[in-house]
Amino acid sequence: MTETLRHARYVLTENPVTLFAFGLFTLLVLCAVLGPLLVPYDPLASDTARALTGPSAAHLFGTDQLGRDIFSRVIVATRLDLGIAVTSVALAFAIGTLLGLSAGYFGGWTDRIIGRIVDTIMAFPLFVLAMGIVAALGNTLANIVYATAIINLPIYARLARTEANVRREAGFVEAARLCGNSEARIVLAQVLPNIMPLMMVQVSLTLGYAILNAAGLSFIGLGVRPPTAEWGIMVADGASFIVSGEWWVAFFPGLFLMAAVFCFNLMGDGLRDIVDPRLRT
Amino acid sequence: MSVGISIDRRAVPLLAIDDLSIEFRTRSGIVQALDSVGFALKRGETMALVGESGSGKSVTAYAVMGILDTAARVTQGSILFGGLELLTAAPKVLDEVRGREVAIIFQNPRTALNPIRPIGLQIADILLRHGNVSAAQAPERAIEMLARVRIPDPKRRAAAYPFELSGGMCQRVMIALALACEPALLIADEPTTGLDITTQAVIMDLIAELAAAHNMATLLITHDLALAAEYCDHIAVMHAGQIVEIAPTRQLFDSPRHPYTAKLIAATPGETARLDELAAIPGGLPDLRRIDLPVCRYSARCERQRDDCVVSPLPRLSHGDGSLVVCRHPL
Amino acid sequence: MTPPLLEVAGLRKLYPMAAVKGWRRAPVSWLHAVDGVGLTIGEGETVGLVGESGCGKSTLVRLLSRLIDPSAGTIRFGGADIGAVPARRFGRGRERAQIQMVFQDATDSLNPRFTAFRAIADPLRRLRRLGGAALRARVEEVARLTGLPSELLGRFPHQLSGGQKARVGIARAIAVEPRLLILDEPTSALDVSVQAVILQLLDDLKRRLGLSYLFVSHDLNVVRLLCDRILVMYLGHIVESGPADAVFAAPAHPYTKALLSAVPSIGDRTTRERRIELPGEPRSPIDPDPKVCPLYGRCFRATDSCKTTIPALREVMPGRHVSCHFPIVEETSPVIPHDRRVAVASGR
Repeated sequence: MTETLRHARYVLTENPVTLFAFGLFTLLVLCAVLGPLLVPYDPLASDTARALTGPSAAHLFGTDQLGRDIFSRVIVATRLDLGIAVTSVALAFAIGTLLGLSAGYFGGWTDRIIGRIVDTIMAFPLFVLAMGIVAALGNTLANIVYATAIINLPIYARLARTEANVRREAGFVEAARLCGNSEARIVLAQVLPNIMPLMMVQVSLTLGYAILNAAGLSFIGLGVRPPTAEWGIMVADGASFIVSGEWWVAFFPGLFLMAAVFCFNLMGDGLRDIVDPRLRT
Repeated sequence: MSVGISIDRRAVPLLAIDDLSIEFRTRSGIVQALDSVGFALKRGETMALVGESGSGKSVTAYAVMGILDTAARVTQGSILFGGLELLTAAPKVLDEVRGREVAIIFQNPRTALNPIRPIGLQIADILLRHGNVSAAQAPERAIEMLARVRIPDPKRRAAAYPFELSGGMCQRVMIALALACEPALLIADEPTTGLDITTQAVIMDLIAELAAAHNMATLLITHDLALAAEYCDHIAVMHAGQIVEIAPTRQLFDSPRHPYTAKLIAATPGETARLDELAAIPGGLPDLRRIDLPVCRYSARCERQRDDCVVSPLPRLSHGDGSLVVCRHPL
Repeated sequence: MTPPLLEVAGLRKLYPMAAVKGWRRAPVSWLHAVDGVGLTIGEGETVGLVGESGCGKSTLVRLLSRLIDPSAGTIRFGGADIGAVPARRFGRGRERAQIQMVFQDATDSLNPRFTAFRAIADPLRRLRRLGGAALRARVEEVARLTGLPSELLGRFPHQLSGGQKARVGIARAIAVEPRLLILDEPTSALDVSVQAVILQLLDDLKRRLGLSYLFVSHDLNVVRLLCDRILVMYLGHIVESGPADAVFAAPAHPYTKALLSAVPSIGDRTTRERRIELPGEPRSPIDPDPKVCPLYGRCFRATDSCKTTIPALREVMPGRHVSCHFPIVEETSPVIPHDRRVAVASGR
């Protein structure tokens, strides 16, 4: 454990960008957790007299077309967006890893059937598939999470499958059989811990994509419904005002969106360096 | 086509390593991999560099070939090969020398060959690069080389890929690659580890035969004392990056002078009649990252150790016949 | 006379080489990995198994440790027919703890995410249902027995040296008090200085715990030091079996003789026997002709009768079994006239 921490500290000090990403991540988490308690204005409170005022001392990020404080909305939206991302990635990770592990370890028909399921999902352009799922089932928060989970499932299944495949021939798996372990126990207690580091890296990378996905769905109107504060909707709302000069309505939510995705991608790279530097491309 | 840089093959000795020290910069510190390593090899001679894992024998070989890891730094010493100082030679000169004057065969033959290129072409590649062979003649010469290393049906096999060949066959191809341009020095880095005993015998016999035919000097890197005894005139024993003893083969085994050499021989299963006679060497290798490494890196494990073993420099007692023992209290 | 601990007869393991026949995948040829092996291991006996790559010893080891199922033949352990229990269910039976294995590469056979403690505790948890203090006590006891300092129990494999990892592997194997220990090249990945310690440890444990060993190794010198009896395997067959010293001093099967002559030794070159080279490559293990001796085509003593009847493993001298029509049992091996040697064909 201490060796991992030492290695982690080395990676973080070697690459300041990674340190920056971790710092940003901490900031985002703080916003999500504490944000709604600390924001100056109620994110849903509209004040049409103050509509479309630019950034000022009173309103750091300005106000939108309904006079709502953009700063408060952006901060509060962090919790929603991060929440959707984390939940859907957790689901994708849990189900995808289990499927992939079984396919890679047991092979045969298990591999073929799971392979076909995963291939089917991947045959669709993933965002379009998400759109389709949400459109069919309705725009509830739950459906957005499910849709995002489904489209991110294949990547975990594939990764878990490859890693399990490599390890099924390993000496410690045979040794485990000699110790009286059942196949199920070997997969879960012996093989899974070995592939976790790699899966964790993937989790971080997928989080960025999941946020983008949720925001994207909201942007086209298939996601979270107004007046909920969410980065995607806010960018959609603000898009129409850019031309007329009120740039701040779309800019700030877009900035946060970009920062979050950026942060998760960089964190994923950093985690990968900590876990296994040989994977660096 | 080669550029015409060559070494003096008649230099005596052909290869002279003197006081070579190499360190590796790693995340956890600087590893003093080699400490004042030196030995000489004459044309046509076979020498074995013997030692356990971590003794630095492969590092020495790679230093001669100039293929050390980028984290390596030569802190002192010289490698004179045919009059040419390899450590300061320009990369272009080294490119010429490698493959043409000195060749190396590696431990894992199948992984050392290019997996996506037929073996005939791989040999032709090296002939074109270093030999004075035209593109038209190269394939034929490649088949000749395969025949010379006794690969059956060489014309057909030239089109085979490494994965289609057995381990022994792959090693023969490596030998063919190494000897294609008739180098003056062949370095064999654990060439038979992982091969069956019967295959090992055949491969080593082949190397010995070809070396004799071309009056080629051979440097055999191995952890197997018995193998070294069978095939080499001289043996240099290494421990933790230091040369501890060099002697002609028979002399080394009949009367070893360094305590480590004696222990190594006593630990070899073929030499004892009973299991309880098999000697274990207590302790382990010192951590080569330590700044305070003792002058004699074996002293901590040595039963003959005395107080003056830490006094620097270590005496190097040599004889005229090329033998050397680096010890303050040799046997 | 007490029955042998392990009794194997007619053991075969065939792997199908699938070929597409029409649109159904019917196996057209079979790879004979183990082709009719019979052997016994007595209580407290150390039997060595030698052979080169492709001889089938890894498959035989996996059959005997019941990791894979035989295609034919019987495996009796302590009188019980364990060959009949499928490998999948063997792990739940009583015999699982009685047959254990030490692997060649300790690095590969230890889970990189398990501490040494957890690795050794695993069979105790699964097969002996130990837990808590009793578990801890047994793990520490076994660590002591194998010379593993207890402060190393909390370490991971990458924090242990080669010798220490080997000890963890041995500790894990003896933790559940097996009666038969199969050692698959346990020291070949170790330096020679550590090898001696581990071999002596194995010898000591054998005596103290009353174990029987099946010691698989390619290093004939190690086998000679440790083993009472030795089995030589070639192309899925046992070609020779007998007391280790006797077989080494006077090998009866031509393959054993060639194998021994290829072992390098420190002794003076000029006094050694000349090396016998077996020309060509081993015959193919796929659909081998059941009438032809496996060594035919490379053997320096072969005649035509070697390709019309396959020799059976028979006792040519007390305690010495050889499967050869012309075993070398004379005091001095006769010089085979050149015209009697069969011309070499490559492969078949």
